Amino acid sequence: MTELNINVDTLIEEICAQLQQKTILSQSPKMIGIRTGGEWVAQKLHEKLAFSDPLGVIDISFYRDDFSKIGLNPTTKPSDIPWEVDDQHIILVDDVLFTGRTTRAALNEIFDYGRPASVTLVTLLDRKGCRELPFQADIVGMSLECNKTIKVTGPEPLKVTIVDPATLNSKEEIA
Amino acid sequence: MSSRLSSPNIQLNELGKLHHFLTLEGLKQHHLVEILDTAESFINPNTNEIKKVPVLRGKSIMNLFFEPSTRTRTTFEIAEKRLSADVSSLDIQTSATKKGESLLDTLWNLQAMQANMFVIRHAQSGAAQFFAQHVAPDVHVLNAGDGQHAHPTQAMLDMFTIRKHKGDIFDLKIAIVGDLLHSRVVRSQIQALSILEAREIRVVGPKTLMPESPEALGVHVYHDMEEGIKGVDVIIMVRLQNERMTSALIPSEKEFFKLYGLTEARLALAKPDAIVMHPGPINRGVEIDSAVADGPQSVILEQVTYGIAVRMAVMSIIMSNAAQLTQYKTEQASLELDENSTLKVNLEEK
Repeated sequence: MTELNINVDTLIEEICAQLQQKTILSQSPKMIGIRTGGEWVAQKLHEKLAFSDPLGVIDISFYRDDFSKIGLNPTTKPSDIPWEVDDQHIILVDDVLFTGRTTRAALNEIFDYGRPASVTLVTLLDRKGCRELPFQADIVGMSLECNKTIKVTGPEPLKVTIVDPATLNSKEEIA
Repeated sequence: MSSRLSSPNIQLNELGKLHHFLTLEGLKQHHLVEILDTAESFINPNTNEIKKVPVLRGKSIMNLFFEPSTRTRTTFEIAEKRLSADVSSLDIQTSATKKGESLLDTLWNLQAMQANMFVIRHAQSGAAQFFAQHVAPDVHVLNAGDGQHAHPTQAMLDMFTIRKHKGDIFDLKIAIVGDLLHSRVVRSQIQALSILEAREIRVVGPKTLMPESPEALGVHVYHDMEEGIKGVDVIIMVRLQNERMTSALIPSEKEFFKLYGLTEARLALAKPDAIVMHPGPINRGVEIDSAVADGPQSVILEQVTYGIAVRMAVMSIIMSNAAQLTQYKTEQASLELDENSTLKVNLEEK
């Protein structure tokens, strides 16, 4: 089985460097992580960038578009955005951008809290070429071909493993 | 607490999951824990705010209240709206049942209006069960109180409130005080507490307001209020149900308060951090003193708020189970198809 461990810290550094070139950092932005993997990545970014406002966390389970097919996710936890969303510049963080459906759900949820001034999408990994909805990240830690499968575990240590799908055990979770 | 009203399995689907919610009888601990955990996911832990979510968008829920209700009906409606369902509440007083339409005809007409779920309160014990037996297979029934039989969502919101304040229920001593004979809430509470393996369940009240052989329910029986609440973690007061009393079972309300009313002096006999609960509506000065009802140990109004989250949980779990069952059946069907085609190939090869 071919597995490749990614150096997450380097990717986090890379994302911070890219963020620092964006104007959003001068607009006192606030950060939201998408549970679970995105929350872990966001915690690292939030700490590194020394944001003063607490990190928001959203659980998009209630916003998924496949409820009528698969029902509720039994591990759903409450979302918590501890500040007003209205007129804020928001950095939305996910671990893996894949079909774009999670991003759709996350945006819908954020807009149920209010009308942000802007949303910047950050993803640790981008599985290119498998998008089902028209979403692209503003900042990408690393891009991968779609046929690669990614396992993210965390929060400490935050680990990303890229698995060759040909050797993947079908029961393992695919991000 | 077995009764002919509740052959319990009608509320479970082929996968053993909730399809209706009629009674707690016959449910397993994991069913109850799932409800409590799911309710938790609707409440922001920092603000206690319950946000609207789009889970049941496009689903139609009808509330049929054949008996008056303030809290239950309103919290059900709020819960349904917070789940983004389409909500209709039928005012039975002005509906066709008054013109002589039978219950089942009413039900089938409402079903023809494409309801996905009915929430039913009725003065007749077993009414929800009766509805559940006659609805279409893809329609769900929730019992919002039937006669003296059951009120399962009330019991679950009580369990939720206890868990919020006291953590796991299995370590707790709980006293239920008041009119236990007429109360469907108490029956459901005792079932819930038993399923969740509460350490000690006490019932406190006069003999005339106790069911026959209450010990059979696995509870400790006290006729003396002071003895009954001594050292407990939770006191649940239950309303005197005058509207269900057909004969004089207590000398007077004043007398009842003297013997069983929860006063500050009596509350001091429970554990210092004991919580006081009441399913409402409360009769101040009959079963509970205002000083206690409005006091720091009272969680009566929290129960009402949590009722929204718990009802959201029950409704979303039931619709989720239905979705999973459909998916399961589709997969089974495609497996069978695969097997058939493999069979065919094998035959052709031969």
